[in-house]
Amino acid sequence: MEYKNVLTTCTYCGTGCGLYLQVLDGEVVGVLPAKEHPVSQGKLCVKGWNAAAFVHHRERLQTPLIRHGDCLEPASWDEALTLVSERLLAARDGSGADSVGFMASAKCTNEENYLLQKIARAVVKTNNVDHCARL
Amino acid sequence: MSGEAVVSEGTVLEQVRARVAALLEETDGVVALRRTEQGTAPHLFKRGDDVAELALAPHYPLATVARLLQSRDPQARLGLVAPGCDARALVEMAKRRQADLSRLHLVGVACNSDEAKACRCAKPSADLAPFPAGELLGTPVPGEADAVAEQYRRMSLPERRQFWRSQFKQCIKCYGCRNTCPECFCEACALEDKLWVEPGRLAPPFPTFHLIRAMHMSTRCVACRQCESACPAHIPLTVLYDLMREDVGSLLHYEPGADVSAMPPVSLTLEEAPLHEGSAKQESGALAATPKGRGARR
Repeated sequence: MEYKNVLTTCTYCGTGCGLYLQVLDGEVVGVLPAKEHPVSQGKLCVKGWNAAAFVHHRERLQTPLIRHGDCLEPASWDEALTLVSERLLAARDGSGADSVGFMASAKCTNEENYLLQKIARAVVKTNNVDHCARL
Repeated sequence: MSGEAVVSEGTVLEQVRARVAALLEETDGVVALRRTEQGTAPHLFKRGDDVAELALAPHYPLATVARLLQSRDPQARLGLVAPGCDARALVEMAKRRQADLSRLHLVGVACNSDEAKACRCAKPSADLAPFPAGELLGTPVPGEADAVAEQYRRMSLPERRQFWRSQFKQCIKCYGCRNTCPECFCEACALEDKLWVEPGRLAPPFPTFHLIRAMHMSTRCVACRQCESACPAHIPLTVLYDLMREDVGSLLHYEPGADVSAMPPVSLTLEEAPLHEGSAKQESGALAATPKGRGARR
């Protein structure tokens, strides 16, 4: 029997509360608030307490899906990213850079969100950048 | 000269580490706090682990971790480093078949007076009596009065109602008090039943949510204060649970976490645990119409 706690940051909003994932024999079995965390100081909201619920959820996507007609079919990351990049560039070249928008996410780190806006401004050349916490 | 004894004994933390190091050879693992550069969290120490990482603070609900591990492997022989509150929590769990004390070695820890003050703790030391195997490390200090509860007791009834109204208004219904509570393990929770707690409403209607919990805690709360520590709204929940516990103590002669052979009165019939109301009331015939007393009826 192996039991440990892994420190991570809640994925549900941009506040950045600290929590431990309780890992028992390689499986995430629960959440503990991180009492020494500078942001959350051992407190969590109802989302944080349930932040591990999706980890082993049977409906969780395990692989990218590409739509073919009415069907979503599993694809590799290479296939998915190639398709997205082709379509984005086609939209930019066909309809102008401001025909494209980028939605960042509170579930990502600051660094990941930085990279997303970098692609938007430097590669696609649009300032259409927003994020889910405004919805 | 008196300082020598202290030096040779080492700090409580050093004693605990030494005891756990020895215990790792005899058990399948020891549950304790582990401090790494990430922070401090509960951990299952195994043979070969570095006990220098073992820590004693901040308090996490370690009894709950022991319960989790015992439910995964009921045959495991585990050690547990526990302050008084975790030891008491295990006693209440054992009565409800949530923990097997015969398979636990308790490394009881006496909290120091600063820790007792910080927790407003009346019993800052582990009681070994309910545990077949274990020892107490550290020197027990006297319990601390709960200043928040004392302040509350001086309030009039309308002031108390106003106090709770303003406190419960802050509740964001995170369920942290329930989630972190070592004694909350029911599979179906009344707080998730929309008959009692309307989904999507903040703050929860006064006072149902918190009084349901207080009622359920009346024979369970061991005053570990994990609920208060987890509460983002800083509600002094254990003040409420203290009062419930006090009534249960005076009416039903029951103290959660004390005696492992004393069964919680709400689990017994009135024949098994008759009520002992105050004698003055009985003499005045106030209970004549309800010979078995109304107090314990649910």
